[in-house]
Amino acid sequence: MRRAALSRVPENLKLHYIVDGDDFTSAGAASGDTKKVLRQLGADPEVIRKVAISMYEGEINMVIHANGGVIDVEISPELVTMVLADHGPGIPDVNAAMQEGFSTAPDRIRNLGFGAGMGLPNMKKYSDSMKIDTEVGVGTTITMTVRMK
Amino acid sequence: MFIHSVTLDADKCMGCATCIRHCPMEAIRVRNGKAFILSERCIDCGECIRVCPHKAKKAVFDKWEDNAGKFKYRVALPAPTLYGQFNNLDDVDYVLTGLKRLGFDMVFEVSRAAEIVSDYTRKLITSGELKTPVISSACPVVVRLIRARFPHLCDHVLPILAPIHLAAAIARREAMESTGLPSGDIGIFFISPCPAKSTDVRMPVGLEKSDVDCVISIADIYKDLLKQMNKVTTPEMLSHSGLVGIGWATSGGESAGLLEEKYLAADGIDQVIKILEELEDEKLRDLEFIELNACPGGCVGGAAVVENPFVAKARIQLLRKYLPVSRNKFTGRDTKGTEIGWTSSLEYVPDAPLSDDMTEAVKKLQHIEELTKTLPGLDCGACGAPTCHALAEDIVRGKAHRTDCLFILKARLEELFGEVRGGIAPKTGDKEQ
Repeated sequence: MRRAALSRVPENLKLHYIVDGDDFTSAGAASGDTKKVLRQLGADPEVIRKVAISMYEGEINMVIHANGGVIDVEISPELVTMVLADHGPGIPDVNAAMQEGFSTAPDRIRNLGFGAGMGLPNMKKYSDSMKIDTEVGVGTTITMTVRMK
Repeated sequence: MFIHSVTLDADKCMGCATCIRHCPMEAIRVRNGKAFILSERCIDCGECIRVCPHKAKKAVFDKWEDNAGKFKYRVALPAPTLYGQFNNLDDVDYVLTGLKRLGFDMVFEVSRAAEIVSDYTRKLITSGELKTPVISSACPVVVRLIRARFPHLCDHVLPILAPIHLAAAIARREAMESTGLPSGDIGIFFISPCPAKSTDVRMPVGLEKSDVDCVISIADIYKDLLKQMNKVTTPEMLSHSGLVGIGWATSGGESAGLLEEKYLAADGIDQVIKILEELEDEKLRDLEFIELNACPGGCVGGAAVVENPFVAKARIQLLRKYLPVSRNKFTGRDTKGTEIGWTSSLEYVPDAPLSDDMTEAVKKLQHIEELTKTLPGLDCGACGAPTCHALAEDIVRGKAHRTDCLFILKARLEELFGEVRGGIAPKTGDKEQ
């Protein structure tokens, strides 16, 4: 008689970040930290790049437009999942926002290189899947995944 | 005594008078076929180094090989300009790891201090304590230019440490804490894009003494650093700067870090002087912040860099992408309790006064104006002075003669021998008194 082998599934690594909407200078800290964690785990450089960019763009958007929010990252041996949730104004027209060059960013941060209108398009480009849940006056939640190699 | 880092290699100097015409302070003369710098007027901008066709103008820096052995613990302070000097670089950590492989024990990025300065400046401007427009004090050439020529702008200069001095102070404290060594055993080495910083470290403005021990030029260290960088397979995670700090390397970067809109950023010494003149005439009252960089493109255009400033700027733009906005703030944790403000205020020190006595000075000035009218007005430089007006001034100061002017000399010869052919000037004979 063969015994069924029991496998122990390790806990996935969970990272939780609070993104401060009042402090623009701290924008990018969360994605920077996740990048560092992935490096320490020895993840494939291409995977790190995809996660870093897609999460960075989402985090910057959260600070510029939504007055901050919360980011939860779950890392399993197969998949990185990022959930970015805010109680900002919501996106009135998602199709328009997904167009390259469309930006509602204020001028003062354009001098730093932001506001080119590539945020959402980049998030879609660099993630393997992206889901946008948004309601005007309520907030936005974006869920992205990147598969490990 | 004036210490300058811009010097002349007399063997290479051909006395061509190119440098004298480009010096913004009219601080160079040619005598007996060789150029020499009037040290009381020199602001170390490096223009003469840029324009000399014979490579006779040089910047003096400390050498890594000569100084490494003097300290038990060596700290490298790379200017962010360094990051833009390399092709195919996508991660600043390669540069920092390379520096450690060269023999530095610790690396502290100047861009970290730049972010602290940006944070503090943002707060200071919001407080309304400063006279607007505020002029950045990051470029030592600009500070010296204002001190020598623009008395009414002295109290507009931002009275806080330039990032290099702040970085050195913080790095020294960090090094002492982590090693337990006394201050004298710790060597702080600034890796600099320009000679002006070399002078600034030895004779700082606004502070008693800088914490920087040696200033090494980017050009000198480049080859050896590149060799080490090429050997690095997995870089150490050493960088702790955001895109604000690294952006300070290019003109406009410092201003962008203030998250303000009412600013002006200018680069190149000629434009800097024009802007300062407009400021003095109170033409720029609507602006809050003025960033001025003596070098073209900002620090990336310093005289000690290896790469074209605009190529470096493009590379730095790419390196900054997807970096956190800022990773350093004006907090006790990031500053390690060091002081950020100047300990003395900027006082007007005219670089070449005609006389301490006002009546005497006015008389001399009149004499200079009269003399200038008798000169050809070509500003050709053949007399060794940059302009006819400068020659007139030199004559009044007893440093030159009217016959230093070739055309005056020609006129004298013609008096003696009749018409002498050649030359481009109109006859000066009828202009003589």
